[in-house]
Amino acid sequence: MSAKQESRAVYLERFEADRAAWTEALPEWLMEKKRAAAEVFAGAGFPDPRHEEWKYTNVRPIARKVFQPAGEAGTRVAPPDLLEWSLGELDLIDLVFVNGRFAPELSSVGDLPGDVQVRELGEALREMPERLENRLGEIATFEHSSFAAFNTAFVEQGAFIDVPAETKVDKPVRLLFVSTAEPEPVVCHPRVFVSAGMGAMVEVIEQYVGQPEAANFTNAVTEIDVADNARVEHYRIQRESHRGYHVAGVHVNQGRGSQFASHNINLGGRLARADINTRLGAEDAHAFLNGLFMPTGRQHMDTHTRIHHAAPHTTSEEVYRGVLSGHGRGVFKGRVLVAQDAQKIEAHQSNDNLLLSRDAEVDTKPELEIYADDVVCSHGATVGQLDEDALYYLQTRAINPELAQDLLTFAFADEVVARIPLKPVREQLEQGIVGRLPDNEKLKEFV
Amino acid sequence: MSMLSIKDLHAEVDGKPILKGIDLEINPGEVHAIMGPNGSGKSTLSQVLAGREGFEVTRGEVRFGGEDLLDMDIDERALAGLMLAFQYPVEIPGVKNVYLLKAAYNALREKRGEPEVDAFEFLQLVREKLRIMDMDESFLHRGVNEGFSGGEKKRNEILQMLIMEPRLAILDETDSGLDIDALKVVSDGVNSLRAEDRSIVMVTHYQRLLNYIEPDFVHVLSDGRIIKSGDKSLALELEERGYQWVLEEAAA
Ligand SMILES: Nc1ncnc2c1ncn2[C@@H]1O[C@H](COP(=O)(O)OP(=O)(O)O)[C@@H](O)[C@H]1O
Ligand SMILES: [Mg+2]
Repeated sequence: MSAKQESRAVYLERFEADRAAWTEALPEWLMEKKRAAAEVFAGAGFPDPRHEEWKYTNVRPIARKVFQPAGEAGTRVAPPDLLEWSLGELDLIDLVFVNGRFAPELSSVGDLPGDVQVRELGEALREMPERLENRLGEIATFEHSSFAAFNTAFVEQGAFIDVPAETKVDKPVRLLFVSTAEPEPVVCHPRVFVSAGMGAMVEVIEQYVGQPEAANFTNAVTEIDVADNARVEHYRIQRESHRGYHVAGVHVNQGRGSQFASHNINLGGRLARADINTRLGAEDAHAFLNGLFMPTGRQHMDTHTRIHHAAPHTTSEEVYRGVLSGHGRGVFKGRVLVAQDAQKIEAHQSNDNLLLSRDAEVDTKPELEIYADDVVCSHGATVGQLDEDALYYLQTRAINPELAQDLLTFAFADEVVARIPLKPVREQLEQGIVGRLPDNEKLKEFV
Repeated sequence: MSMLSIKDLHAEVDGKPILKGIDLEINPGEVHAIMGPNGSGKSTLSQVLAGREGFEVTRGEVRFGGEDLLDMDIDERALAGLMLAFQYPVEIPGVKNVYLLKAAYNALREKRGEPEVDAFEFLQLVREKLRIMDMDESFLHRGVNEGFSGGEKKRNEILQMLIMEPRLAILDETDSGLDIDALKVVSDGVNSLRAEDRSIVMVTHYQRLLNYIEPDFVHVLSDGRIIKSGDKSLALELEERGYQWVLEEAAA
């Protein structure tokens, strides 16, 4: 048996062992989903590089290890630690998880308008399972990634965000997932379910952070239902440690006239993969996908997006940028699928990459699959270096070459960050980006 | 001591000789005009002095304030007080104009051993210079030259000069693309820089600018060589008679 198969077998044994306890605590419909998912994972195992969707990302570093189950949050993270991951002055509805385990004493929900629910998922499953039935697990698919099945099989905790029709949640919901340094690296499977009812509005920030030496594996799945005329602003800020493994799938279903915006910022992780899939299921739905990946050192960051224009008169705009330095490796694949009768759609995609070192590498691949004939689609992918003329010009203004390079790199990355509507998040990210640039002390004052 | 001393300077671009033996002495306080037909090498000379890569000096030497200019890095030249206002200023989307000004200003302060400028003080300073250049404050928060009109770019170059206060200012075709009002503003800006310890080199195809900024010396550059030098009356003569006669005189 290969090492890869071995870890799968261990996880499946663990699944069987936990089954009895789960059956007590979880509704039967969910147990059915978990069993089915476990079967899919048992059959497929970890994705193979021969799989078209996993061609550029070999997950062997994840598959060959056996990650331990995460223990309770306990006192691994204390309230003062949270300052490090604060989002400035943002007043938040805040749920904090430590290695995937809910930490109620670090969380604060406060008063919520009307019948808005923001809860730990396990708790919601115990206390209001009917609100999750026929919803949880209905949007995520296993089609492109068996990691989603792996997550579903082990669903236990996460977040449930339910916003009834015509309701606006004024404060952003932040889900902070902290990965801690453990003697034996652990695995967790956070599950997030977001529903914005007709005409509702909510901002959800998934923030993944790691303590410096954390070498855990986070396998997250998020499902988002955006009903007619609803708006969801979704953030993924991934800053796991340089030893962390991170796989995430965001699955979105959009109704008529709905708006979904995704800001997917990847700075962390040894190996990080994010899949963002949205289905524009009815007329006038709009999706905006905004993303940045900045691998350096030996980091590998992969983003796959899939925008499915399933209905006419739907629009999408996608802007992704990569900044690659050191031995960093980036992958971007953006698929746009336009169904046969989805006429009058408009889809624009761009992916620009900046290669800052000879040893860095990026694979970028737009993929347009268009079955309708009356559509406006554009896509462009570039890989380049810093503009020589701009570097020269800055140096003639007494700016040293290192700072000139940093200024231009920052400006390149900031194209994405500047599109983030929440100012404190934007500022925090800008500082985060600056912190990764070599001459950052000088640059700080310019941000 | 001379501000700039150029001796037998030869330079080539892409293996093609452009500058073919330039000699020029510039003393502190002097204003020089370098004129010449298009393609004569005026911009090449300016870029060689600023340190552009790919413009290869094959012979000769340049001393700036007694030091070997050609041995200095691009930013070192600027720190030493040489500054070029570009014929075609570069657009840098995403880098705010005010960042560039501040980074430049602080780099010069650091070189003099002074602490970083206080944010408020700096804003006062920039506002004063913006007024001189008749520029709106909104220019500070736009990307460097991003989407600026030709005239706005030229003003922005001089704005940078007013902040950086170089010892040697080189202006490459600063008047091109300017209407009369803008020309007046730009030349007022340049004239405000005139000082005993500062030299100005104006590179221009037309003598129009020289009506506003009067040079002490005028040189005619042709095919990579200075073929004639004189005082400002030479510029007027060129305006009246064109370049042809000088070229013929030099050939004779
Ligand atoms: N980047 C370049 N590559 C090749 N030739 C160049 C380049 N820049 C300028 N030249 C050539 O060098 C000569 C001088 O150009 P330039 O210095 O721009 O003249 P001027 O500024 O006097 O009009 C011209 O023949 C021009 O075509
Ligand atoms: Mg020129």
